[in-house]
Amino acid sequence: MAIKKPTCFQDIILRLQNYWAENGCAILQPYDLEVGAGTFHPATMLRALGPKPWAVAYAQPSRRPTDGRYGENPNRLQHYYQYQVLIKPSPPNFQDLYLGSLEAIGIDMKLHDIRFVEDDWESPTLGAWGLGWEVWCDGMEVSQFTYFQQVGGHDCKPVAGELTYGLERLAMYVLGVDHVMDMPFNSPGSIIELKYGDIFRQTEREYSRWNFDIADTNILLQHFKDAENECQRILDVSDIDPKTGYKIIMAHPAYDQCIKASHLFNLLDARGVISVTERQSYIGRVRSLAKSCADAFVLTEAGGAAS
Amino acid sequence: MMSDLLLELFSEEIPASVQTRACEDLKKLITNGLVEAGLTYASAATFVTPRRLCLTIEGLLNKSLSTREERKGPRVDAPEKALDGFLRGVGLTKDQLEIRDEKKGQTYFAIIEKEGRDATEIIAEVVTSSIRNFPWPKSMRWGEGQLRWVRPLHSILCILSADDGSEVVKFDIDGLQSSNLTAGHRFLAPKWFSVSSFEQYQTKLKKSYVVLDEQERADHIWEDAKNMTFAQGLELVEDSDLLAEVAGLVEWPVVLMGDIADEFLGLPSEVLMTSMKEHQKFFSVKNPKTGRIEKFITVANKTTADNGATILAGNQKVLFARLSDAKFFWENDLRIAKTGMGEWIDQLQKVTFHNKLGSQAERIDRITMLAVAISPLIDANIELVRQAAKLAKVDLSSEMVGEFTKLQGLMGSYYAAECDLPAEVGVASREHYSPLGPTDKVPTAPTSVAVALADKIDTLTGFWAIDEKPTGSKDPYALRRAALGVIRLVLSNDIDESLARILAYGCYLNFISIVKHKVDEESEAIAQLTYLDLGSLSIEQLFAHVNEIGALIEDKNSKAPCIKITLQSLISFFHDRLKVYLRDKNISHDIIDACLAMPNNVNFLVLKKRAQALQTFCDSADGDNLLQGFKRANNILIAEEKRDGVFYEGTPEIKYATIEEEKALFEILDENEIQINKAILANDFTAAMTSLAKLREPIDAFFGAVQINVDLQIVRRNRLCLLNRIKSIMANVADFTLIEG
Repeated sequence: MAIKKPTCFQDIILRLQNYWAENGCAILQPYDLEVGAGTFHPATMLRALGPKPWAVAYAQPSRRPTDGRYGENPNRLQHYYQYQVLIKPSPPNFQDLYLGSLEAIGIDMKLHDIRFVEDDWESPTLGAWGLGWEVWCDGMEVSQFTYFQQVGGHDCKPVAGELTYGLERLAMYVLGVDHVMDMPFNSPGSIIELKYGDIFRQTEREYSRWNFDIADTNILLQHFKDAENECQRILDVSDIDPKTGYKIIMAHPAYDQCIKASHLFNLLDARGVISVTERQSYIGRVRSLAKSCADAFVLTEAGGAAS
Repeated sequence: MMSDLLLELFSEEIPASVQTRACEDLKKLITNGLVEAGLTYASAATFVTPRRLCLTIEGLLNKSLSTREERKGPRVDAPEKALDGFLRGVGLTKDQLEIRDEKKGQTYFAIIEKEGRDATEIIAEVVTSSIRNFPWPKSMRWGEGQLRWVRPLHSILCILSADDGSEVVKFDIDGLQSSNLTAGHRFLAPKWFSVSSFEQYQTKLKKSYVVLDEQERADHIWEDAKNMTFAQGLELVEDSDLLAEVAGLVEWPVVLMGDIADEFLGLPSEVLMTSMKEHQKFFSVKNPKTGRIEKFITVANKTTADNGATILAGNQKVLFARLSDAKFFWENDLRIAKTGMGEWIDQLQKVTFHNKLGSQAERIDRITMLAVAISPLIDANIELVRQAAKLAKVDLSSEMVGEFTKLQGLMGSYYAAECDLPAEVGVASREHYSPLGPTDKVPTAPTSVAVALADKIDTLTGFWAIDEKPTGSKDPYALRRAALGVIRLVLSNDIDESLARILAYGCYLNFISIVKHKVDEESEAIAQLTYLDLGSLSIEQLFAHVNEIGALIEDKNSKAPCIKITLQSLISFFHDRLKVYLRDKNISHDIIDACLAMPNNVNFLVLKKRAQALQTFCDSADGDNLLQGFKRANNILIAEEKRDGVFYEGTPEIKYATIEEEKALFEILDENEIQINKAILANDFTAAMTSLAKLREPIDAFFGAVQINVDLQIVRRNRLCLLNRIKSIMANVADFTLIEG
């Protein structure tokens, strides 16, 4: 029964990939845009909508510019990884499946105290909410467990179950590492041993400086407006493509612009140029883009519309 | 025959915060439903754990009682339509009706008999509908289902048991079938097992590592934690909210005590306690010898082979990371505090308080002006107040307050101490947000009182000036709380002053801020606007300044008349809050209205004293009778004045008095009028009421013996003027026309 302990960061990612693959998920790759969390991946945000069954898992690099600490804080990073699972409809044994994944990465249920602590998840920028928990292992939050109720203003029918693992924190815990930069990335004993810090210490420092002090706010503001306009423009274009004659609603390209706007807002926030009251209005603008994209997606085939 | 019902709703983890409410709702819904259907019971109890909501009912009837109801219908010779309506109402046909001889003729009667129904049938219905209509504050769907519950519902145990055995009450909710099965602790005993009675259920659960009773879990946690700390000569910091929450997070509580690393022991104890409670749900453990928080208590949900060593080590590690953050914030903050906090003050210029009212820094300027203006009213040291007001909110820029908002003000007091500022300045920072609610402590130190009043008055006048008043249940800026705070500060500190000028000054200051932030208006004159000191300016002079500034931007909404309306509206808001406050002190609304109608009604202390004295007086026999006398006098006057088209406001003369009781009234009025007016001038309302009480008998006697409307006009007019004199003497005390009864 005793599972061999993982030895490094990538070992944990690989085990999660295998575990969820064995449990029927399609293993996707990260989305190729800057996102604040795995939820932003269209495989979650858009595919949680509509009646079609869905089961995916993937690692997603995520960026939170305000969390930059120049690589010095033991566990705060402006760029980090989330592991994301989305299954629709949520299976009745979802909690047990989740606990199985913790065992797969070497957490011995006999010795640890796993708890489901109330946490109502809400993403004001995505117009989404759900009920669930933060999962604690010995007092540490290791995952977010959510039953999606609404996304982009639409009721989720059926309900999708979402799991989000904060990979660095979880791995540090499992591996017994105190500072993220000291965490082995590949197996200790590899010919070329790499630690997390070897890969990310310098970039954390570079991005922290850029995020906080150097990024050109005028350009960012302009990009935000551009993304906002482009998103709306894409959705306003007629459904019928005159070239092919097909009906093509461009929900995904529009949603890309929404993701961009959201990240630009995060950058502006890190630059400290957004006041408390303006904040609400920016969040509202991104949300309205997310809603428009969700409205468009449910009219597409993947969103469940009759083709 | 009686049975006991056991119901368990087994789900994924129920949030601790909704567990207590859920128990009450479950009990109410089901017992009400059963009783309505004719099933009475002896007693009912509920229990809750993170995964189960449980109800047990003892002494439940096995069958509902049969009922028989008679209903009288129309007469036999009544039109067909009436009979049809009656038949529809009772759900019977004509041949099922009885015909009886009544006084008015032959009449139809319907006899409606309901057979007693089996308890199982009723329970199945009531439980099903209770589950479907359960009032969770937030509920959810899961999978493909439509059923809503707080978290996915997995199993329903529902049995009826009696001495001769037990049976499952069978029903099905969206494919979920009732059974006699439940499971134990998620990790320690996950197997499903069957139960046949509540006693057995509770015993088997305990063997399966589940303590069903939440109170038992809380007691267990508390006892263990106390023993553990006591054994080491330490003290557990009480926190009943946290205890209830933690008891709601575990089925099998195991108390563990851990150390806080030495390097964090220098942090303020409030920081340690807040961080541990908010993030980790830890109890704090104090060392009475050092007065510091040195250890923590955490509650695990299970026993382990290593006696919790792994769990404790993990928790300690998480705490280490959390406190490292806190320490980092604290040290950064101290560094800035030592330089005099200038950096923070600068930062507040960039933080918008409200886009129409400017930055936090501007707000602090206004609060400072207001606090200085308030100082003379409460004999506070103006220089101390100025300094305190300027610094009371600078901790909003600190990293610690950024992390833990609820430490605002408190952190400021630590930073003020670090700057060697006068103690009053730190205390004012800590106290100026108070009182936060109806029972929160009210500051008494003059510096704190001045800043606390200024803070709240700035908020109120500001949001009033931009017309963001509370509506209905919406009060996003907590303005009701701010107004109540002002009232409590004034009353608790016996501030015997009208706030009218201060409120007008607040309106004026915020008005200037509004003008400065009109986006489309930019001019030299506006940029150079500064706040005038209140000094000895009158309300009219303040309004005149407002007019001058309003002229700068040619905006009719920014002129004195508008400010006047704003001020009036704010004062009535205060009066409304005062009514609510005094109603809780058993002063009825009409008494308060009678006092609000009097002059000097922005002096809340006078208002309260007047209302209290008046309420006591009106509750007495003298008061009640005098009130009747007053009403009589007033009614006669109104009627006669209307009829004659004149006001009887002349001075009545004793020489026209003809009857003994009339003369006596003149004398008693002469005697007491001076007393009453003196007492009112001195705001001694109890004395005023005592003098008023003396009028009661002579007035009663007067009405008993004297007829007002006599033929002799000169006597009649004199008597009407006498009534008016009664009225006007009493009108000096309160507006008695507004008192009911």
